[in-house]
Amino acid sequence: MSTVTIPRPSKPWGVNFKQAIPDVVAAFATLLITYAIVAYTPLKGKLAFVIVLFLVAVIASAAISGIRRDRKAALNSISTVMIYVAGMFVIFPLGSILYEIIRRGIGGLSLGMFSTDMAVTASDAPLSEGGLIHAVVGTFYIVIIASLISVPIGILTALYLTEIKGKAAGTIRFFVQAMSGIPSIVAGLFIYAVWMIALGNQYSAAAGAMALAILMIPTVARTSEEVLKLIPSDLREAGLAMGGTQWRTVAMIVIPAAQSGLITAVILGVARVAGETAPLLLTMGGADALNLNPFAGNSSAIPFYVWKNFLLGTETAIDRAWSGVLVLMIIVLFFFSLTRFLSGRKGRF
Amino acid sequence: MSTATSTLPPKREITTKPRFSDKVFRAVVTTGGFSSLVILGLISLFLLYNGLNVFRTEGLGFITGFDWIVPLPEEGLPAQYGIGAMLYGTVVIGLIALFFAFPISVGAALFLSYYAPDWLKKPMVLVIDVMAAIPSIVFGLWGFFVLMPHAEYWAKLIHKYLGFIPIFDMPANAFTRSPFIAGLVLAIMIIPIITSISREIFAQTPLDRIQAAYALGATKWSMIKSVVFPYGRGGVVGGAMLGLGRAIGETVAVYTVLNIVFDIRIEVLLSAGGSVASMIVNKFGEANPDELKALMASGFVLFLVTLLINFLANFIINRTARE
Repeated sequence: MSTVTIPRPSKPWGVNFKQAIPDVVAAFATLLITYAIVAYTPLKGKLAFVIVLFLVAVIASAAISGIRRDRKAALNSISTVMIYVAGMFVIFPLGSILYEIIRRGIGGLSLGMFSTDMAVTASDAPLSEGGLIHAVVGTFYIVIIASLISVPIGILTALYLTEIKGKAAGTIRFFVQAMSGIPSIVAGLFIYAVWMIALGNQYSAAAGAMALAILMIPTVARTSEEVLKLIPSDLREAGLAMGGTQWRTVAMIVIPAAQSGLITAVILGVARVAGETAPLLLTMGGADALNLNPFAGNSSAIPFYVWKNFLLGTETAIDRAWSGVLVLMIIVLFFFSLTRFLSGRKGRF
Repeated sequence: MSTATSTLPPKREITTKPRFSDKVFRAVVTTGGFSSLVILGLISLFLLYNGLNVFRTEGLGFITGFDWIVPLPEEGLPAQYGIGAMLYGTVVIGLIALFFAFPISVGAALFLSYYAPDWLKKPMVLVIDVMAAIPSIVFGLWGFFVLMPHAEYWAKLIHKYLGFIPIFDMPANAFTRSPFIAGLVLAIMIIPIITSISREIFAQTPLDRIQAAYALGATKWSMIKSVVFPYGRGGVVGGAMLGLGRAIGETVAVYTVLNIVFDIRIEVLLSAGGSVASMIVNKFGEANPDELKALMASGFVLFLVTLLINFLANFIINRTARE
């Protein structure tokens, strides 16, 4: 009986054990040399360790490829190490930020926080007193009002760009792109100039919301445009072929088809402005007490609450600021995940 | 039998005249479409109108001067407004931010496009998107309480070993709240912008040319150098400019980590710097009506500068993406 030997599938282009030995040895040597340098030279500390490790790794990898192959391979190794390091650098700050927010913010977090305001609480009062209900309500108001202003404008802009495709479409697309780069402080100054100086109104949540609306319009418009572009033109043509007017086609076919994408666009806009601080500093007045009227009187918002407590600078105020940041991040990340969830759903546009 | 004369039915009238509802629809949508143009126009109009007096009295000195003197009413002296030092400081922290952010972002974009294993790509893109969504006040607090102690130590090291270079010189022992630290915080804030735009541009590199480079025996780095970079150069530069625009307009995060001083200093490690946007918030609280006008004028300058940078950046990116 002859046995048929079936060759096992292999990857001849892969790295086999023998080829990997120099790399593994080099990695160990790198660690060892780094440790030795840090231990026996005046370069001390974590930072020195990281820098020395990086340099030794670059030199070692370049030397190995240089010896085994040529100068080009050595260059390739150096760039590979550097690009990997750059990739790691991007992850590091977010990890640190999230970790610190949770570590420093969790202590001041309590349910009582969401039922009281800071009207009668001194800046150095213990954390069990006072809360940020006024800021939560303020943020709620400004997000709602800003959406009410910016969503119609943003979606109409997107419709102009995709459905009407007028002569000015290119120009408007360009300006909307540029508008998303307006510094938030300029939006605040503008509303201050119009709403307070020219029209003589006082600080209010509505004023803050108007400033945020300016920042929200480009986000909503650009995302909606992307969504509407994805709607197949067959649908539009079908609508027109059935005798529908353009208005009926857009209202009955295009918008329902794009519905979930448009909602994503709105939420993306909300996530963009919910944490904005600078324009609110010029338009909302920053109250410590709960203000249920969004159209009159000083009011606060979570970023403003954080800002105020940061400037107060006492130990408990700083703790309050961190708790505020934690609440703010939870809200922002909630909206962020919501957009991911909505745009990740299959079977829709 | 063939004599029957066939009469053609009268031609159906084909109208291209839009219905009334369509006219209304198009009017409404067009109005909405133009509203962003109108808003941009109104912003420049109102800020210019409010700042006009200051521009008129200060003239070019508003841009070049670096004194911001608001005399008390009883002194009766003329006020002096000049944002030269602030503009200079803005450029300095913007360049420091770019110095750190640009190589890291381009490296990270290359990593994501050509080096990262597939399982790592999605989480990393998510991380970058989350970074872009973090509010600036969070960066400000993190920068002040977490990054600053470290950055102060780094600044001392730089001063110790590179102090002979004028920009790392140190006239006083004040390492906190320096342009260096503000630049670091801004760098972290603009990394997501530059990374995601560079990644989008790199993703459009034609595959056939990449494969051609490999087929000719190029290493990965030679391939990137000879195919990816020439193809995506414009987009990467545009992304960097968008990041610069964001850095210039950043207010709150810079305010928390920068000591604003009306003076032009070349020492970047010294606790004295400037930023137009942060200066506006700094002065706004106790500004008298006259000073407020000067702040509006500063806002107008800031608006023009950022708009210009954004125009240019988008122009470059759009051109690269279309090719």
